[in-house]
Amino acid sequence: MEDVLAYGPLLAEGTGVTVMLAVLSLALATALGALGAAGRLSGWRAADWGVQGYTTLVRGVPDLVMILLIYFGGQRALNGAMEGLGLERVEVSKFAAGVLAIGFIYGGYLAETFRGAFVAIPRGQGEGGAALGLSRLQVLWRVEMPQLIRLALPGYANVWMVLVKSTAVVSIIGLGDLVGLADKAGKSTRQQFWFYLAVLLVYLAITAVSDAALARAKARANRGVVA
Amino acid sequence: MRLELVFENLGLFGEGVLMTLELAAIALIIGFALALPMGLAIYRKTPVAAAASKGFIYVFRGTPLLVQAYLIYYGLSQFEAVRDSIFWQAPDLIRGTILGEAWPSLRSAWWCAVIAFSLNSAAYQAAILAGAFEAVPRGVLEGGRAVGLSERLITRLVLLPTALRQALPQYSNEVVFMLHGTAVAGVITLQDILGAGRTLNARYYVAYEGYLTAAFLYMAITGCLVVAFKLIEKRAMRHLARPAAATEETTGPARPRLLAVLR
Repeated sequence: MEDVLAYGPLLAEGTGVTVMLAVLSLALATALGALGAAGRLSGWRAADWGVQGYTTLVRGVPDLVMILLIYFGGQRALNGAMEGLGLERVEVSKFAAGVLAIGFIYGGYLAETFRGAFVAIPRGQGEGGAALGLSRLQVLWRVEMPQLIRLALPGYANVWMVLVKSTAVVSIIGLGDLVGLADKAGKSTRQQFWFYLAVLLVYLAITAVSDAALARAKARANRGVVA
Repeated sequence: MRLELVFENLGLFGEGVLMTLELAAIALIIGFALALPMGLAIYRKTPVAAAASKGFIYVFRGTPLLVQAYLIYYGLSQFEAVRDSIFWQAPDLIRGTILGEAWPSLRSAWWCAVIAFSLNSAAYQAAILAGAFEAVPRGVLEGGRAVGLSERLITRLVLLPTALRQALPQYSNEVVFMLHGTAVAGVITLQDILGAGRTLNARYYVAYEGYLTAAFLYMAITGCLVVAFKLIEKRAMRHLARPAAATEETTGPARPRLLAVLR
């Protein structure tokens, strides 16, 4: 158990990598989710089907398989392209592959979250804005956006919680995140149990902090709403 | 892309599919058995048991399944006490027999996977069940009391069926979640779908054919499960479906009084 304390700085570094990975993945997922929701709501059938195919794909494949596929498949595809162009082989960054895989997966979930929230905004709200002479963009930004945030927040919070735990699988491609570093330290000290236990505690702490932050965000998003 | 490798190794993937389905099914069943008392304890606010169940749910839902499996498979074996116990190898009496083979041993990756997946699923199912019990309308339970059922029978005949029906959509999610979660088995050396993919990649030194096949198989199974749950849901909820055409004229005022009572 003393070993875990001795490796404290290393575990802190791993925690930093994990948190960074989660935050950047969430950013990518939010962008993809917004694009996906826009595609589904665009009324353009090809976009609607494309996004539905995307969500079906990410809901059907485990995160573990997705990260392996994106890392090794991406590496192969990229090097094939580089060779074709007569350029040198490149090494795909494990961190980038992790962000790409996790962001890609949860973007599919967020597309549904955002679409559902948008559809839940009463139509009269936008019409009210139009009646006041607001442009379409102003209606979107000033009238619909604040409500979209409020309505999407519970689903968004849920996706974040699942996403954080999902970052653990990126250790499988050898990333030095919390799980990867703890795994190495545990094996070299033969104290795996305590190191994994420490990892579980760090994840619980992240969950607890997220819970508290999301409760505040919810309170803020719901200001002015009469229950 | 060398797809012929996949077709030459269909047997490998077939066994992988069976292993994945087996792990998911066992985990869901054991998980349900563990989740039911926890869900009831939370619903009834049983002292100690409710708090303990909530703690269990918080820990297992708040941490990654991968690490839970690592902790059980790689972590527990560091303790001599575990390695010397009957949880490591079967007692001398049955060693070498069929019973010995089936003995739940922490040395076996399969048993560790089953334990980790079951505990994880138990936490998720307990949370689903607690919510579903809470959502059962009070009047339904009072109805049971009014016809003279004991509390035990009310639980079995009224509370459980009503709650389970309501929880079907969430159960569909949990089943798919568990199916995907079992891919962790492929990381701790088991030959499930992902394990088969890894084996293929290693055997022929290819980069992603095995993973692509695994992804396809997981998608196909997920698709079947989703459709199956839709059908089950439709059937379980048929008493709530209101046929649009069923007006006074088509049904007639045959039993107006009885209907009024039932409502």
